[in-house]
Amino acid sequence: MFRLKRQFVVAAGVAGVAAFAPFVLGGYDLNLLARFLALSLLALGIVLTWGHGGILSLGQGVFFGLGGYALAMHMKLTPLAPGEVPDFMMLGGLEALPAWWVPFGNPGFALLAVVLVPGIVAALFAWSVFGRRVGGTYFALITQALALAFATLLVSAQETTGGFNGLTDFQVVLGLDLNGAEAGRTLYWVTLLVLALGWAGVAALLASRFGTMLRAVRDGENRVRFLGHDAAAYKIIAFAVAAMLAGAAGALFTLHAGVISPAMVGVVPSIEMVIWVAIGGRTSLAGAIAGTLAVNFARDAISSAFPDLRPYALGLLFILVVTLLPGGLAELLAARFRKVAR
Amino acid sequence: MELLLGQVFNGFSVASLYLLAALGLALSFGLMRVINMAHGEMLMIGGYLAYLTLQVVPGPWRLVAALPVAFVGAALFGALIHVVLIRRLSARPLDTLLATWGLSLILQQGARSLFGAIGVEVTAPAWLDGGISVLGIELPAVRLFIIGVAIAVLAGLALLLSRTRIGLLVRAVNQDRMMAAATGIDAGRVDLVVFALGTGIAGLAGVMLALLGPVTPTVGQSYIVPAFLVVVMGGLGSIRGTVAAAVILGLVGSLAQISVDASVAQVLMLVFVILFIQIRPEGVVANKSRALDV
Amino acid sequence: MIYRFLLGCAVLASVPAHAATPVKVGVLQSLTGTMAISEVTVKNAELMAIDEINAKGGVMGRPILAIVEDGGSDPATFAQKAGKLIQSNGVATVFGGWTSASRKAMLPVFQRAKGLLWYPVQFEGNECSPNIMYTGAQPNQQILPALRWATAEGYKNYFLIGSDYVFPRTANLILKKRIGQAKLGVAGEEYVPLGGTDFSAVIAKVRAAKPDIIFSTLNGDSNVAFFKQMAAAGMTSAKLPVMSFSIAEQEAQAMGPALVNGSYAVWNYFQSLPTAENKAFVAAYKKKYGARAAITDPMVHGYANVYLWKAAVEKAGSFEPEKVRKAAVSMAAIPSPMGPIKMAPNQSLVQRAYVGKLQPDGQFKVVSQLAGMIAPLPYDALAFPGKSCKPI
Repeated sequence: MFRLKRQFVVAAGVAGVAAFAPFVLGGYDLNLLARFLALSLLALGIVLTWGHGGILSLGQGVFFGLGGYALAMHMKLTPLAPGEVPDFMMLGGLEALPAWWVPFGNPGFALLAVVLVPGIVAALFAWSVFGRRVGGTYFALITQALALAFATLLVSAQETTGGFNGLTDFQVVLGLDLNGAEAGRTLYWVTLLVLALGWAGVAALLASRFGTMLRAVRDGENRVRFLGHDAAAYKIIAFAVAAMLAGAAGALFTLHAGVISPAMVGVVPSIEMVIWVAIGGRTSLAGAIAGTLAVNFARDAISSAFPDLRPYALGLLFILVVTLLPGGLAELLAARFRKVAR
Repeated sequence: MELLLGQVFNGFSVASLYLLAALGLALSFGLMRVINMAHGEMLMIGGYLAYLTLQVVPGPWRLVAALPVAFVGAALFGALIHVVLIRRLSARPLDTLLATWGLSLILQQGARSLFGAIGVEVTAPAWLDGGISVLGIELPAVRLFIIGVAIAVLAGLALLLSRTRIGLLVRAVNQDRMMAAATGIDAGRVDLVVFALGTGIAGLAGVMLALLGPVTPTVGQSYIVPAFLVVVMGGLGSIRGTVAAAVILGLVGSLAQISVDASVAQVLMLVFVILFIQIRPEGVVANKSRALDV
Repeated sequence: MIYRFLLGCAVLASVPAHAATPVKVGVLQSLTGTMAISEVTVKNAELMAIDEINAKGGVMGRPILAIVEDGGSDPATFAQKAGKLIQSNGVATVFGGWTSASRKAMLPVFQRAKGLLWYPVQFEGNECSPNIMYTGAQPNQQILPALRWATAEGYKNYFLIGSDYVFPRTANLILKKRIGQAKLGVAGEEYVPLGGTDFSAVIAKVRAAKPDIIFSTLNGDSNVAFFKQMAAAGMTSAKLPVMSFSIAEQEAQAMGPALVNGSYAVWNYFQSLPTAENKAFVAAYKKKYGARAAITDPMVHGYANVYLWKAAVEKAGSFEPEKVRKAAVSMAAIPSPMGPIKMAPNQSLVQRAYVGKLQPDGQFKVVSQLAGMIAPLPYDALAFPGKSCKPI
């Protein structure tokens, strides 16, 4: 069912072609593509949890935000002299760096935090919910509340988080001058590489015994449990891996967008992330990436021209895809190919 | 002390809003295992219907006229949603969640196109001005009215479920859908009635919200997430559980605000629910059933 | 494709040689999302100014071509669209932004590309970028005048209520320092989440604290809920006045003036200002966008920004952002609906502040015009000692 080798070949091929984009696209288009590729990384995690694990999370924005903020905090600290605090802290009346900010000055710590903080938070959260055998719709509702709570908390703790304004105005990341001419290309390639690795990694995971067990849990959790397996463990691991991917996506997105703010982590962005995957195809990694790119490019193209149309289009698309085409575009294409092959 | 008593009262007042917003969700979740993400927009529709009623009907008691209009209007809308969307997706609860979210986007934008983004005003009638003073705390008449409506809805619902034939059918399907269907009960029809009833109650909740704030295309969003938490905490399809959960969450939120900001109180509510799940994962009131996959 | 390209060339060639090529400018506001209510009106005012200028021959003989983009009420989208306008469209300048979040997200984009943004909304100060012209009120042009007025009126005990975000918290930080310095009292300070509509707890706290006046930095829908629930609790403007920093004519119209009648606001512009420039402006706007349109301070700042840019371009004799901003801070005052305005060397606007009291017709009556033209100060000397804008 899941042909790993073919996945690797396709992933490597697509990435190889995409690596030439900087020589073709202008600065703005390249930045846009890089942003959306970063978002695709998060979509891979949704395929893992939702498509293959049956876990619908309406709170992926939280983990996206945790990763984005972890890197953003590091970038805010880099240009500061010892004893200085970022400008927004001064606005809140803070004169010294809060203790929990200090380790983010270290680049190694910050990079680890980008994936580990979302991973650990997700694991603890999932453990506390799945461990009590609460799942399905309940889990979706609780994750949505989590997204709301996280965004609210970020806004209200503004002297240490930048509040509603978020964190912005980054100059340098790990020695790379973000104002420099080469920054755009370099970051694009980094993003592409991370995405290709993420794709290969998730594909391998799905093809492994773990993937089989995850699908078994999705299709009959009680049966898996009766056979003596810890069903919750599979779900917790899948959720944590998806959160780590979301964290990395958030960090990369923050680099390309130049800003991370509560507007990108709340209820609505979190649920929009599910749309990308629903449209692309919830069980297909390639479909999820394609869906993410398609929805975001379309949104960029139509929103300015017909601002009132967007909610209608998005809402209708969601209803139609979910009701009539649960497998998304990937299913449509697969059916077409099968027909041709026959 | 005054502040504490006042907040206990406010807690009940907010709880009645949570309850009115959550009852419909809990009812249909108990019966069909689906959550309607456009439920918040049923509140919005109730609010706009109240506004329209007040434009047409004269006199001081026009708010009373707005209640049935909002109830019936939202219920009809709910019935339509059930027939067109929910029924087609009944075996896929998570997909229902997503499809109804798409619907909520469309309904919000529809309201924006019809009534404008700014929102409309529903003025509380003169007989809801002022309030009464008890134990040194001021109880505004509007909030007392809302608590009263919540109690009345609850009483009506209890009567309906325990004393009428339709209530009997609902309880039968609730207990064992297949067995009920085997005895000739049209379970699909019961679903439809319950869903419409639930959205009708949401319509009433919308009128209550209109008394406290503006009616905007997104008015339903402000109470929907707490309502979801009430459903999670209440236990499957139990009305008693839903009431208890609404009261507990209302009080947690209000009492927390004695010492912290509203933002932090909102976060504390979620933390409370997650902690609560650790102790009683089956909700405040457990549904005794031998079925495994509830 | 090639056919189309040739056709394009033919069209271009058919334009008479003496017709000047248009100069492109960006108009970047939220046309969707939560901020669209406010920002669409600013976009309208900016486009109206552009149309007016085009009707009178354009800027340096060249017509202005406005490219409108949607910021979508999302900071990252604002940054993205700012990049598009500068890099893909090659605009000479951009008019836009509302929230500080959107401005802060765009700032690095404009700094990197050496572009110029004209920002029209009052804000919390504490920022100066050479690539942004800040024409909305600095704290000392709105918040401090309000406090000076309230002190003169004899109010002694202040309750501070705000939506939970940066502007209210910073405004209240400044207010608390100033109230303390004047030996007056802060009865309380409360925040509700943005868009929040439950004020039961806040009102209980106000009742317990017994203030003389409320200073409100609540935003949007929260205002309606706040005033409704205050009225339900028996606290009307007559008993407990409210000074709001985010209620302008549009909000008053939407809330139904009955609710907010008698409450106060401080702005640099009110629709009711009796000057000839303002009357002409109000008439022109209503003719274009409907007689029911309410006109607000940020709209007029957006409108005036286009004229400030035009004057600066003509003084500089160039569309080059670097030259334009230098010309802007050294040019003489120009007339506007809010009276004569002039850019200060710190790239903010020298302007007046008015205290208005809301009337039953939804308009503000100016009850006090404070101390003439106020020079903008991005950093409050008491709250942020030793901070100032480096010479730009």
